[in-house]
Amino acid sequence: MLAYLVKRVFQAIAVMFAISLIGFAIQDNLGDPLRELVGQSVSEEVRQQLRDELGLNDSFMTQYIRFLGNVLQGDLGTSYFFKEPALDVILKKLPATLELVAGATLIIIGLSVPLGVYTAIKPNSVLSRIIMGLSIVGISIPVFLTAILMIFVFSVELGWFPSYGRGDVVHVFGYWETNFATADGWVHIMLPSVALASIMLPLFVRLIRAEMMEVLQSEYVKYARAKGIRPYRIYFVHALKNTLLPVITVGGVQIGTMVAYTILTETVFQWPGMGFMFLEAVNRVDTPLIVAYLIVVGFIFVVTNTIVDLIYGLVNPTVNLARMGA
Amino acid sequence: MSSLSTNQPTPSRFSRLWNSNMGYSFRRNPVAIVSLAIFLIIAIASTLAPVLAPFDPYDPAQIDIMNSEYPPMWVDGADPQFFLGTDDQGRDLWSTILYGTRLSLLIGLCAVALQAFLGISIGLVAGYVGGRIDSLLMRLADIQLSFSTLMVAIIFLAVTQAMFGSETFNQYAIYFLIAVIGVAEWPQYARTVRATVLAEKKKEYIDSARVLGFGPIRIMVRHILPNSLSPIFVISTVQVANAIISEASLSFLGLGMPPSQPSLGSLISSGFDYIFSGSWWITAIPGVVLVVLVLVINLLGDWMRDVLNPKLYKG
Repeated sequence: MLAYLVKRVFQAIAVMFAISLIGFAIQDNLGDPLRELVGQSVSEEVRQQLRDELGLNDSFMTQYIRFLGNVLQGDLGTSYFFKEPALDVILKKLPATLELVAGATLIIIGLSVPLGVYTAIKPNSVLSRIIMGLSIVGISIPVFLTAILMIFVFSVELGWFPSYGRGDVVHVFGYWETNFATADGWVHIMLPSVALASIMLPLFVRLIRAEMMEVLQSEYVKYARAKGIRPYRIYFVHALKNTLLPVITVGGVQIGTMVAYTILTETVFQWPGMGFMFLEAVNRVDTPLIVAYLIVVGFIFVVTNTIVDLIYGLVNPTVNLARMGA
Repeated sequence: MSSLSTNQPTPSRFSRLWNSNMGYSFRRNPVAIVSLAIFLIIAIASTLAPVLAPFDPYDPAQIDIMNSEYPPMWVDGADPQFFLGTDDQGRDLWSTILYGTRLSLLIGLCAVALQAFLGISIGLVAGYVGGRIDSLLMRLADIQLSFSTLMVAIIFLAVTQAMFGSETFNQYAIYFLIAVIGVAEWPQYARTVRATVLAEKKKEYIDSARVLGFGPIRIMVRHILPNSLSPIFVISTVQVANAIISEASLSFLGLGMPPSQPSLGSLISSGFDYIFSGSWWITAIPGVVLVVLVLVINLLGDWMRDVLNPKLYKG
């Protein structure tokens, strides 16, 4: 197990190195930091001198090592547009995105377990067929289209929910301002979280259903039935427990995927989170912010994946560690 | 000897398919029949776009800004010239959708072809050669899979766009889209192919092929690959659906096809700005086409999975 842990952490570090290298290559090739600093009206001589002072004429390796040193100290450069450290800009936007993901996750967990279990227990009932039919429709609708549809129905036509922004937020601490403290905040977060959940929910319903149906065929469930344990106890206590392991694994990986979908959701709802900020940074060619976003998101991906893999190795004793590289 | 074969002509490929297990289950499944029919209609109509479309949306001479935002025929204030209305630039929506669907399908199919080519080659090599190469390639596949395709594509396209400027980017957008969606998803194929290679490799016919002196490439392509075709088919349908969704999402974000040459995603995106002013059709009609297209592909994939029932990778 320890060898596995070490290997897994080592792999995570290697991937982060690769990401930082990509990030640096982008920074090196995209835009000119000098022009952002002094503008156009400086003579070529002064330019060269400044380039030397800033170390822009150093070799690629020297510059990369300097970049890496700065990154390790939490310095991801200064945003051209906001004139603030890029990491601060991202950290200010992070809570909005995390709250959106949290809202969507609550909806997904709250709905996928009962729906998945029900469709597995009664695979032939009318309701199950409707749920499964809806789930394949749900998978086929891109998240931005769901979001637009909801805006059109609930904001433009019915006027029940606002179509953009976060509304009233309450300051908690640091950069964290929450939507969950006021009624207005709840109303604002409702549509974006439902839209974000809509893409993942069908996936989880289908996954839980498939796992559950497999578990219900197993010997120990048959034995529990023969022993006369009440069906609901079998379903929700004995069977569900063994269903959740693969669900958690897939779920952990999907958290990373959700970050990508937040870009789409935030764009449609103009939600002031990281995703929306990233697209604005791209339009403004704000290179340090683009690179900082890449590194932060890469970090989130790598950390969640590593933790999920480690939990999987820990929780499931049957997992073949040798195959996974221990 | 030869009379045997002349008396009974070998059945054509089509009738073999029609009378096979798959053909039988297809004939018994109304959902699959309807899905295939709709898919074929969309595919043929969009392929014949230059013939079917009354206007050429790429020809600026045929676009008049004065015609913009006409509603579809069944809504008041429509111009009978434009069957589904017009978009914000005054293009006929029906023609633009036909051309847009053609682009979306083309990008989806080419991207999946690229995925399949990369994934199958890598999977064959990893499974057949084994050892260090195998573990290296599969580790790479794990890492690649752990990053969501959409995320990789968004970052790659955003950086490319910023680097080349939007003019050059728009010109080559279709190639960038195919490349990035094609490269990002190869592990789906590689893992499945590798699994079947590992299972087939131990069988006696492979041993005898090796004893006969066939080279590894011939064994891989001619003997092992045909045995992994059914999971490849199932993956391919799902992957085409996903690729079309990815392309639409990227174009919606402004990182894909430009508004001057819109795919379904960019058409929806340009309509989104007008949804608050009541011009719902610019978004809604391409949206419906996109959803129907993806839905029928997914339904076909579901049916195929039930019929071929390979042990697919979970999730």
